[in-house]
Amino acid sequence: MYTDKVMDHFKNPHNMGEIPDADGVGTVGNPVCGDLMTIYIKVKDNKLEDIKFKTFGCGAAIATSSMITDLARGKTLEEALKITRANVADSLGGLPPVKMHCSNLAADALHVAIEDYYKRQKEAKQ
Amino acid sequence: MLPYMTTLYGNPASLHSFGQEPRQALEQTRAKVADLINAERKESVIFTSGATESNNLAVKGVAFRNQSRGNHIITSSIEHMSVMNPVKYLKTKGFDVTFLPVDKYGIVDLDSLEKSMNDKTILVSIMYANGEIGTIQPIKEISQIVHRKNAVLHVDATAACGHVPIDVKTEGIDLLTLSSNDMYGPKGIGALYIKQGVVIEPLIHGGGQERGLRSGTENLPDAVGFGKAAELAKAEMAVESERLTKLRVRLIKGLLDAVPTSFLNGHPTRRLPDNVAVRFSYIEGESILLSLDLQGVAASSGSACTAKTLEPSHVLLAIGLKHEEAHGSLLCTLGRQNTDEEVDYVISIMPNIIQRLRVMSPLTPKELKG
Repeated sequence: MYTDKVMDHFKNPHNMGEIPDADGVGTVGNPVCGDLMTIYIKVKDNKLEDIKFKTFGCGAAIATSSMITDLARGKTLEEALKITRANVADSLGGLPPVKMHCSNLAADALHVAIEDYYKRQKEAKQ
Repeated sequence: MLPYMTTLYGNPASLHSFGQEPRQALEQTRAKVADLINAERKESVIFTSGATESNNLAVKGVAFRNQSRGNHIITSSIEHMSVMNPVKYLKTKGFDVTFLPVDKYGIVDLDSLEKSMNDKTILVSIMYANGEIGTIQPIKEISQIVHRKNAVLHVDATAACGHVPIDVKTEGIDLLTLSSNDMYGPKGIGALYIKQGVVIEPLIHGGGQERGLRSGTENLPDAVGFGKAAELAKAEMAVESERLTKLRVRLIKGLLDAVPTSFLNGHPTRRLPDNVAVRFSYIEGESILLSLDLQGVAASSGSACTAKTLEPSHVLLAIGLKHEEAHGSLLCTLGRQNTDEEVDYVISIMPNIIQRLRVMSPLTPKELKG
């Protein structure tokens, strides 16, 4: 059902954990639906210096969370905002159709985390 | 099964000599299936393509036959989709349907059943045991209530047949669904027991095979396999169910002791010997079963059928679980090949699997992260 790449990330997820002093945090999904993920980012010179995740969900949810941290780390915020759900799924060699909608939330979580960072910056200036 | 695909390939419905031996084999296998459930005569058993067809035939067959008498159908809220969906279909055709609630163990509320019955009630369909949570229903008491009001009782015994003794006579069952592949028989074959005197409408019209209730040439090779499975199930039931019950008790206790905030789904004692259904808070079932699969253990989350929809199982919601609790459910079904050592292996690997996923989950409280 899952590609080897998905299973690799499920077995050994990259960058799992929290960043206690994160510059931005994004949570999407809902435990009621069976998937909930939180992305933590650390920003330096407009780049994603560090990124970590925490996920409640199925194999696809865990693998997409792990993959997004690989795709986004080191990127500028503008580049990171351009990463789509489709990019994440493609990088994993594809996802089962039923998982594309519900469990492929990692890109959304990253975007929410970056928006949270922008909001915090704006508030800090005021 | 093999001879009926290679040399004894005659049509059991044919009068010529090639059809004679297949005909006899079909009737012998019918007798074996009838014997498993203590049917009054073998002719009360008809073969179908499986439990889904049997459930459809029973529910729609009784409903359409009796619609001049009444249009009210009662079922439970934890039935298999092959009862749920025919009943919902009948609703669109003008039938009234009552879905009975169940308690936290999944046992049908008998008071609600009694109160729901009225002069228009023609059919009550309640499963013998639930495959997702293992709970066995009080069929005899249900039957007494149903028959006091002159309705017909259909029992879906897919998960139960071949695992626990079923006696259609003493339990007062009018129609009973049997599955072959749930008792180690081949797939693509099942049966419906229809008590002598209970009349239903067929779904499939044609050449009039199976007493006109299921036209079409019988699937003889699979039927023979089904008959053998039924024969073996009956012969081994007493010993095997005791053995499996011990394994079940050992596995449930082992898991609940080894993993904090884990719970049993379904009834602790009134349950199928092979059914271990547990749930673990703060994590999701599929990731548990993937982890088990990587270590050679095959399990399922909720029900294999609901895995396609991603929605938590309606059974788990009906016993009062919240969505997030239902998502953390795991079902292990024990079988003939399973041993004490295998049960102990599952118990030994589970704490690490659960802990790894809990560390990953944002829902896990700090004290459980170790």
